[in-house]
Amino acid sequence: MNRRGHVAALLALPMLWLVGIYIFSLVMLLITAFWTTDPFTSKVEPGFTLRNFEQILTNPAYLSTAVRTLLIALAVTVLSILISIPLGIFMAKIARPWLRAVLAVAITLPLWAGYLVKILAMRVTFTDNGFFNWAMEPFGVTGPGFSQTTVVLTLTYLWLPYMAVPVYAAIRQLPPNLFDAAADLGSGAGRTIRTVVLPLIKPAIIAGSVFTFSLSLGDYIAAKFVGGSTQMIGSIIASNINLNPPIAAAFSVVPIAFVVIYLLSVQRTGALERM
Amino acid sequence: MRSRLTVGAAAVSVAVLALTGCAAAGDEGSASGELVIDVPDVPMHEELGDYEGSVDIVAWSGFVEPAWSDAFTEDTGCVVNRRVAGTSDEMVQLMRTGDYDLVSASGDASLRLIAGGDVAPLNLDLIPNFGDDIVEGMKGQLYDTINGKSYGVPIGRGANILQYNSEVVTEEPTSWSVAWEADSPYAGEVIAYDAPIYIADAAVYLMAHEPELGIENPYALDQEQLDAAIELLKQQNGIVSEYWADPAAQITSFVGGNTVLGTSWEVLRKLTEDDAFKSVLPEEGSTGWSDAWMLSAESDSPNCAYAWMDYTSSPEVNGAIAMNFGMAPANAAFCELDDAAQAHCDYYNATDEEYFSKVWFWTTPIEQCIDGRTDVRCTNFQEWTDAWLQVKG
Repeated sequence: MNRRGHVAALLALPMLWLVGIYIFSLVMLLITAFWTTDPFTSKVEPGFTLRNFEQILTNPAYLSTAVRTLLIALAVTVLSILISIPLGIFMAKIARPWLRAVLAVAITLPLWAGYLVKILAMRVTFTDNGFFNWAMEPFGVTGPGFSQTTVVLTLTYLWLPYMAVPVYAAIRQLPPNLFDAAADLGSGAGRTIRTVVLPLIKPAIIAGSVFTFSLSLGDYIAAKFVGGSTQMIGSIIASNINLNPPIAAAFSVVPIAFVVIYLLSVQRTGALERM
Repeated sequence: MRSRLTVGAAAVSVAVLALTGCAAAGDEGSASGELVIDVPDVPMHEELGDYEGSVDIVAWSGFVEPAWSDAFTEDTGCVVNRRVAGTSDEMVQLMRTGDYDLVSASGDASLRLIAGGDVAPLNLDLIPNFGDDIVEGMKGQLYDTINGKSYGVPIGRGANILQYNSEVVTEEPTSWSVAWEADSPYAGEVIAYDAPIYIADAAVYLMAHEPELGIENPYALDQEQLDAAIELLKQQNGIVSEYWADPAAQITSFVGGNTVLGTSWEVLRKLTEDDAFKSVLPEEGSTGWSDAWMLSAESDSPNCAYAWMDYTSSPEVNGAIAMNFGMAPANAAFCELDDAAQAHCDYYNATDEEYFSKVWFWTTPIEQCIDGRTDVRCTNFQEWTDAWLQVKG
């Protein structure tokens, strides 16, 4: 077989997966967004209408839900970054090997548990009679209950490993002499992190943020179980998926658009090429 | 309050009159008062034949269990394949695939199934157990009887009650106002049901407290009445601790202390296993649900399906389902079987028609006003779904 044949054979399965299953089903879904639904039997009827998109843009409830979901996803991403950087520096540069191993297990341990189990664990933690209020009672602090705050905390808990692992790996690869040089030049810890560490691990942060951001945008189970009355984009899709699939399909374009805008904006920083 | 039954019967006769008239498919002009439902002519199964060997059922959790389906398989040779559905919308969607023979549809799904041509009219002669013992309130309801034809075999029913934590709510509430008014002493600790059909609960409250809106049936709301219901729901949103669709979440919300009162089912209160939780059917009345077996229009195994409907309508099996799920059985003869059965029937008010006369069973809202009004167009279920999403903003 010639070289081209080898490449084709190598790519056959992934391309079949990517085009045949992944892209095809997505395109089919997006086409549905232009179809209509019989208002009574809720049967989907092929056709062409922009009404579904018009509804998303004109219905204040839909708009506010989209904005709320975007803010939640950004908050989860920022919180994950704020936790991951000091954690990564400590693990990679300060902790002894045994402690590093313990922390590595602790970060990845939640990945072993089922997604729903983790959300229910957060639900139990944040009920009024739950662990959080019990532990914080001596300090006179009461928890956020089921609210938007709890949704952000829960999603951060769920997706943190996707940020912490790449950030830690990137910091580990930083040569120790960079830190020494920074110290020799009179830079304090804060300045070293800001001017030396951050620029070098930016690709890792961006890689992690693609996960935390897009996974949070698509989630609705957390809002359902720990959000109280919080509604996210996923809640609207879930409510409509059986009754009005076209509007659900139209709404699923919103997180896709957010992610595309996000990727384009980080691409402009040049970070994606170094990933 | 007017009896629900009379209104239901009136609505049925209106529907029948309209349908036997000249209701045309796709006729949007409902001003003339014709019921704009095109009920496709699906043939009825005439007589029983040989069993096909299996039957595929979409059911609520707890409706089809080996405890009674094994005996059925032994008797008939029909293997029972169960698919549990979580919501009415999911049930409708699954039935549309044509892969299932039977569904345990609730009233908010059944009209959609009938109008969509997804279920077939039933030959009640082939279901001898569907007899005199079926409780009065579950016979010939609008949500399973159209055009004089029966589409459903009743399984059981229940009311959406007001449950409260008596350690916090020390005086028994007599009105739903504690769950709806912004100045409720329990603001921030109220649980509400999470589905578009919950709009009807707001409508039931408005019927009693804002009679000038002229709501006669919570499932027949014109645009103005729907707007008022949504306004009330938005007000409630301000005092809601949580919305529930998942029973487990509802129970943990009460037990965990986040909620002290709100919408519930008798069975959920029972499952808290705590006497502190009590329930009441408030003076305004309430909504409720009523489930019925419906036969797919494309059933591959109609004979096994009919055998199943007959089998599960017997006092013993119908009672077993009702006890397992926690609801009032459709077959009243079950209540007289033994003391445990009687206790179950008493707890769930099974034969108390006066109790259920205050209950408006879930019905799919359609454009034809089922309260008999002909001068306005009522809002349909899709509009309810859109409106519902605005409640939570």
